[in-house]
Amino acid sequence: MSSPAAKLRPKSAQRPGDRVFSASALTAGSLILAILAAVAGFLILEGIPGVLADPNDVSIFDDGVDFVSFVIPLIFGTLWAAALALVMAMPVALGIALFISHYAPRKLAAGLGYTIDLLAAVPSVVFGLWGANVLAPMIQPAYTWLAENLGFIPLFAGPASGTGRTILTAAIVLAVMVLPIITAISREVFLQTPRLYEEAALALGATRWEVIRTVVLPFGRPGVISGAMLGLGRALGETMAVAMVLSGSGIINFDLISSVNPTTIAANVALRFPEAYGINVNVLIATGLILFAITLVVNSIARYIVNRRKEFSGAN
Amino acid sequence: MNITRIGSVAAIAIASTLVLASCAGASEGGEGSSDLTGTLIGAGASSQQSAQEAWVVGFQTANPDVTVEYDPIGSGGGRETFIGGGSQFAGSDRAFKAEEIAEDNFASCVAGTGILEIPAYISPIAVIFNLDGIDSLNMDGATIAGIFAGEITNWSDDAIAAQNEGVELPDLAITAVHRADDSGTTANFTDYLAAVAPDVWTVGVIETWPTEYGGEAAPQTSGVIDAVTNGTGTIGYADASRAGDLGTVAVKVGDEYVPYSPEAAAAIIDASPREEGRGDTDIAIAIDRSSSAPNVYPIVLVSYLIACNEYAEGAPVELVKAYLSYVISAEGQALAAESAGSAPISEALFTEAQAAIDAIK
Repeated sequence: MSSPAAKLRPKSAQRPGDRVFSASALTAGSLILAILAAVAGFLILEGIPGVLADPNDVSIFDDGVDFVSFVIPLIFGTLWAAALALVMAMPVALGIALFISHYAPRKLAAGLGYTIDLLAAVPSVVFGLWGANVLAPMIQPAYTWLAENLGFIPLFAGPASGTGRTILTAAIVLAVMVLPIITAISREVFLQTPRLYEEAALALGATRWEVIRTVVLPFGRPGVISGAMLGLGRALGETMAVAMVLSGSGIINFDLISSVNPTTIAANVALRFPEAYGINVNVLIATGLILFAITLVVNSIARYIVNRRKEFSGAN
Repeated sequence: MNITRIGSVAAIAIASTLVLASCAGASEGGEGSSDLTGTLIGAGASSQQSAQEAWVVGFQTANPDVTVEYDPIGSGGGRETFIGGGSQFAGSDRAFKAEEIAEDNFASCVAGTGILEIPAYISPIAVIFNLDGIDSLNMDGATIAGIFAGEITNWSDDAIAAQNEGVELPDLAITAVHRADDSGTTANFTDYLAAVAPDVWTVGVIETWPTEYGGEAAPQTSGVIDAVTNGTGTIGYADASRAGDLGTVAVKVGDEYVPYSPEAAAAIIDASPREEGRGDTDIAIAIDRSSSAPNVYPIVLVSYLIACNEYAEGAPVELVKAYLSYVISAEGQALAAESAGSAPISEALFTEAQAAIDAIK
């Protein structure tokens, strides 16, 4: 990358505008690194005492719990809730994106696009209120039904929650929240499918669905994956909505509909922080450090997948 | 991006500490000794927050040149701030332990003079439930403990039915709702359960709900109220002033079932002994949760105001005395009852607390 730039540089004239712009772009670019480093530094400095603390000094630990056994259920809950949300959001988001890009009449498509984007602008506390006070009571009878009729499946073992404030409800709320992110990116990528490819497929006798399957989806795959990972990032870090909707505690289970659910790192910090003092604060910050690391890993994986697929998809 | 969320929680906490200082209250000033000036800083229990806000407004109206700040950072944080000298008084849902006082490291106080603790905020905790057509149920401590420990799981259970003859209980699963955040309400509620039903409630006094007891978690008082209101067959515990239209449990005391009331809540304090080994001004109550005295309601949250007996040089002693006197006065207590639903302290407690405050140096 750098060698062609280096060769070009002497040739290009350097006017004041160039210098100002390159300097401000450089500043902006390094600022983000500096901010990230500052956040990471804060988390590490404040979190390490929490990790190393004697469990007996930490009042938010139950008896016999140390930092590792405190944080593992939280990591599980964070990943579990985000994964459930992604599983629910992905098909819907792809469907909406394809509808907008390939099926809907142009006028409808524009309107629908705006509506989806509007969803991204709803504050998470509103989603939280809606989830806890509208969705949860509404969906609760369904949980009772699931527990009675499909209780043999471990996911629906029950006993069903009496309020509906379960991990599944929280995941549904999260799915609605990540939907606009995945939809917006997928839609943009699908719209960029080269016209020639699509027409070539149609000329070979492909139906609309076959065009989508053989041309649009393979072409858009890296974009869809990065959209999904951005959505996953939001789901992993979402705090307020989960804290308000989820009835969580520090356990690991796969039951989707019971009162006792694993909770997420972010929600746990939000709920515990106001009354935390002394070393407890460091413990909570340390869990934040772990969340930071998880999102970093998730984003790296996404980047890796996108890079690996890029060459085969024609997206370059 | 996730880390900023933690920051925002902190920011909210900071923002909420900015007590509206210049809110012009309509109430008439009390003693009108408005030659007081200066700033008084307190920090501690969030349970006292709405009462403290009312007191601050009332006190500042009577004393326009005074600023009182109360930072509701939580009981633990309040005690730590007070020890560190960052505040002149603290609010706490529990008194300092005798061994903590023995360490004698209170930065604001003169060494060796001890501290003053007054149970100035008494708030009944109601056990609330949501069952169609039932406004009140009778339960003894063991039944409540059984429900919240996950042992009694259906409303038609014999343990409940036997105490409520004539009430048609539905065949419905019980969902017990508890606080998701660490709370003094939980600590006082479980203190009651541990005192009256130690065989059923075996984990003692806790702030964080034990995982093995299950049940539903909801954030803050309003979260519990919402969860109980919106759910079916739900039961929870919350500040009694927030119970609204929900059904409430009359708790068995001695041979009677006592519904919550401010008077009954204040009465339990008078019926309870003091903690032993305390100084004269250290009014730490060992609440007798298993009392069988008539007309006492044992599930109460008691929150203390904590100050020095003798302040180090330069502290606004007169301000502390005036503010604490205002808080425990009939006017202050009535204000708290109105704004926070607390139970006014009794005459006997007032007299004793006033004597302790008057002795502050």
